[in-house]
Amino acid sequence: MTSSDMQALEVLTPGPLTTVQDHGRPGMAHLGVPPSGALDRPGADLANQLVGNPPGFAVLETTLTGPRLRVLGLSGSSVVLAVTGAPAPITVDGHPASMGRVLQVPAGAVVQLGTCSAGVRSYLAVRGGIAVAEVLGSRSHDLLSGLGPPALQRGQRLPIGAMLDAGITATTAWPDTIDPPPVLPIVLGPRDHWFAPEALELLTGTAWQVSPASNRIGLRLTGPALPRRRPEQLPSEGVVTGSIQIPQDGQPVLFLADHPTTGGYPVIAVVDESALHHAAQARPGTTLRFVLGR
Amino acid sequence: MIEFVRVGRTGALLELRPDGPDVALMALTVRRVASDLGIQVREVVPGARTVLIQASDAQALVVLLAALPDQPDLAPTEAQLPVVELPVRYDGPDLSIVAAATGFAVAEIVRRHQGATYRAAFTGFAPGFAYLTGLDPALRLPRLDTPRPAVPAGSVAIADDYCAVYPRRSPGGWHLLGTTTTMMFDVDRDPAALVSPGQTVRFVDADR
Repeated sequence: MTSSDMQALEVLTPGPLTTVQDHGRPGMAHLGVPPSGALDRPGADLANQLVGNPPGFAVLETTLTGPRLRVLGLSGSSVVLAVTGAPAPITVDGHPASMGRVLQVPAGAVVQLGTCSAGVRSYLAVRGGIAVAEVLGSRSHDLLSGLGPPALQRGQRLPIGAMLDAGITATTAWPDTIDPPPVLPIVLGPRDHWFAPEALELLTGTAWQVSPASNRIGLRLTGPALPRRRPEQLPSEGVVTGSIQIPQDGQPVLFLADHPTTGGYPVIAVVDESALHHAAQARPGTTLRFVLGR
Repeated sequence: MIEFVRVGRTGALLELRPDGPDVALMALTVRRVASDLGIQVREVVPGARTVLIQASDAQALVVLLAALPDQPDLAPTEAQLPVVELPVRYDGPDLSIVAAATGFAVAEIVRRHQGATYRAAFTGFAPGFAYLTGLDPALRLPRLDTPRPAVPAGSVAIADDYCAVYPRRSPGGWHLLGTTTTMMFDVDRDPAALVSPGQTVRFVDADR
């Protein structure tokens, strides 16, 4: 296949922040490289599964409102798409289409993802994957470090990878990403002892409001300030995705995939990895709670 | 005895005493032990006084922690990390501030900066930004009161107990002594990071 035959998605409008995401760059935190990758991992994996891609192929991750894309390819050819994650209206050449379904879209057609009615991030997978260049083994855009392809820009052409025929899984399974009110299980520590006893009660007893300042680096939560017992500065130490870090103002920051690899504020607790996709879909203005795991 | 605290379901933070074993060597030891046991670790991240371990699952973490020695079991030379020599042009805008604060002439600041052998202790702030220990205590200064909005890539800087090289243009509050043209982090190079934790670094004159 020559490059002129290659299928692509032309970005007509990018949406406020649409990025390419795969499974990120794990294993390089000791070099200061954040893990990055799709925030709602089950959502992205399902989109890939629907179009017959292996998990970890590069998909598009939207933020509240999606992009408008034109399918480029030879006349008569088509691409296979699927959209998952935050529920948003989809149209193909103006005709409504469904989330969580396999969509065969002809070259020349325009696909639009509107504004999601709940959650934050929808995922658009295309059979063959988004084939932009890899940076350090991943196609993920990293908001913190700037590594990876930049966020989608108007007029940009996103190449689609070639893929041999493989079965398309016509699954109807739908992840419970959006619906249940987020109650996130946590494990206390590593620095829970740096906080006053009432801070631990406040942590699990508060309906934390998700701040509009939240992004791929972290969810910023608003509520009562969590008081410290130890006032001194913490020497920098490694942090994991899901860490609930408490800066000087006492307002929690829940680290998502593009988080800094080391930090100088104490982490009071860590959210279970299996619940992080709920955090990824927690919409600014909504609330979430923490509960001690098992 | 080795002390650690939990980090979620699959992680632990080893806490090393300030006068205890070298953190970067301990991190390399953790990787070696995990490899010997056939255990997958997702991340091993040295900090100023800690080593963060993120295992593939809780069971692997327990096995790995039980097998860890309480001291690094390899010497710096055994780590077999090549020494990195960075040529510096001492043209930094903060040399006069450092001179005023320390009472040293610029030539003496350069002599003391080059006289030390540094080791990359840990990273953070940006990909490839390594905190280098070994700074002459006489050059120890707090950070600038007001960070600069933009520090040029390659800036060689000091603050507190550390020396570092800014891998790319970014905000920064350290005292800038000079610049190096050596790329600290290059995604098209393998490895991308010139300096990783545990590695020895020396600074020399760019004009030498």
